[in-house]
Amino acid sequence: MPLNSAELDAIYLTVALASVTTALLVLLGTPLAWWLSRQRGDLTAAIEALVAMPLILPPTVLGFYLLLLFAPDTAVGRAWEHLTGSQLAFSFSALVIGSVIYSLPFVVQPLQSAFQRIPQGLLQAAATLGASPLDRFRSVVIPLTRRTFLTAASLGFAHTVGEFGVVLMIGGNIPGETQVLSIALYDFVETLRFDEAHRLAGGLILFSLALLFFLYRGSDTSSWRVRT
Amino acid sequence: MSSLQLDIQCQGENDFTLDLKCQLPAAGITAIYGPSGSGKSTLLDCIAGLRKPSDSSVIALNHTRWHAPGRCVPPWRRGIGYVFQDARLFPHLDTLGNLKYPLARNQPGSVTLDQVINWLELHDMLAHKVDTLSAGQKQRVAIGRALLGSPELLLLDEPLANLDHVAASECLRCLQRLSANTRIPMLYVSHNIEEVCQLADHLLLLESGRVTEQGSLLDLCSRLDTRLSREEQAAAIITGTISGQDEAFGLTELDIDGHILRVSQLRLPAGQSRRIRVPARDVSVCRERPHNSSILNIFPVTIEELEDTTAPRLLLRLSLGRQYLLARITRRSAFELGLKKNDQVYAQIKSAALLTGPSDAV
Repeated sequence: MPLNSAELDAIYLTVALASVTTALLVLLGTPLAWWLSRQRGDLTAAIEALVAMPLILPPTVLGFYLLLLFAPDTAVGRAWEHLTGSQLAFSFSALVIGSVIYSLPFVVQPLQSAFQRIPQGLLQAAATLGASPLDRFRSVVIPLTRRTFLTAASLGFAHTVGEFGVVLMIGGNIPGETQVLSIALYDFVETLRFDEAHRLAGGLILFSLALLFFLYRGSDTSSWRVRT
Repeated sequence: MSSLQLDIQCQGENDFTLDLKCQLPAAGITAIYGPSGSGKSTLLDCIAGLRKPSDSSVIALNHTRWHAPGRCVPPWRRGIGYVFQDARLFPHLDTLGNLKYPLARNQPGSVTLDQVINWLELHDMLAHKVDTLSAGQKQRVAIGRALLGSPELLLLDEPLANLDHVAASECLRCLQRLSANTRIPMLYVSHNIEEVCQLADHLLLLESGRVTEQGSLLDLCSRLDTRLSREEQAAAIITGTISGQDEAFGLTELDIDGHILRVSQLRLPAGQSRRIRVPARDVSVCRERPHNSSILNIFPVTIEELEDTTAPRLLLRLSLGRQYLLARITRRSAFELGLKKNDQVYAQIKSAALLTGPSDAV
């Protein structure tokens, strides 16, 4: 039975959201994780706590405050509208921002602990061989943590696919715009369309299982457990 | 004359302070010798830029100031090479990858990849992963890698400390070959005096973060008033030229300023110059030339200096030609023989070790 257009829209939207979010997560999470891995102090502890918070908060809490923040009458909402010409609340961009915040610990924590395990002595050796800090990161740190990058990106991607509360709060439920898989599934169940619901739910289970299987098989698992 | 100027104050852990001011020759091998905890590695880290000394410190190689008030050149712009005690090879690269790491990051220098592979005998391990190498091989790769950054100064922090005897002597031979073939000055940290005697031209003695002595190795080794002379294994270093082989008795003859010293046979061509280490405890003195002695090496010497001590044993500094020997004898013997400065006596040398050179086979 072929998928109908509502399902295809939801799948496309979910993949797009998770891809954009993952790219941003790696881009923002890497320097943050590096900074956290090199420092120890009250400031870093506070930042770590902030990063880890989505792990224990109900997603709706985050969604609620983001919704208030993104409203057209706030400074953030107005600035966004001024810059882009469109409203932030209930948009794809809002979903991306929410997802990045919500999935941040899944990228930052594995990277941070991988960075911490790199012996300081190797970086010193690279420095004496003429490598600048950026060069050392590129030529020593990244090759030694390549697997962790893959793991962190996969976890970020999977977690974004799996979120529900945040996207429901800040995205509304607009088909083709903000209606991702998890919300489409919820809709199908609400309207008693169990065939479609089964297809989406079963598909998500297969996807998650396959992803986790490949992660567990390929890496030493201690490197990517998320700490709460 | 190129030189390395150091005026360093650096606070370490546990109230330790490195506080030294000296000028070292930026040529040949300078050994930094001292007990552990004397600040040897801290000194190298300051020179490399891996550790920050006080702001007023000055570190300059020739006219390039690496550290001065208001100025601190980061390690990757200092043009140094650093060989650590624990090799620190990059585990994600193979041997060749490690060797090539500094090539693109530094100005090409006088040393080529092929030369380094030859000098350090790395041919067979180029494609090997570094975690499959033995400790001695790793250290040789680390030395080669540091060298290929074309450093203006090569720092070595006890590179042989973790190696077994065979690997250490192989590595030592490679280092001698490097110093014979390149003009790169080296600072060599060690607490092993035998290593130092094999390699160093110049010596800096460090104790509790301070310089106690510095000078040429041959000079410092034969003095009575340095830390070296107080050690049990105190030994003088002299140089000699291979003058012949005594095939019948399996001995090699060396010319020491006109005197012939005989040592166990070594297949070395005549004319080659070698260092000889003569332990003070293996030298005794007699008023008259002993006859019927089993000791082969007996030389007329002059007492240059007697250690003034109340300890049971004392050291003598003896001149042999233009060089010096040390003898450790009991104070009682010195008293009974009535030894005093400028006396002409005979030194009996019970053992003398020819130090290895870069061309020796193991």
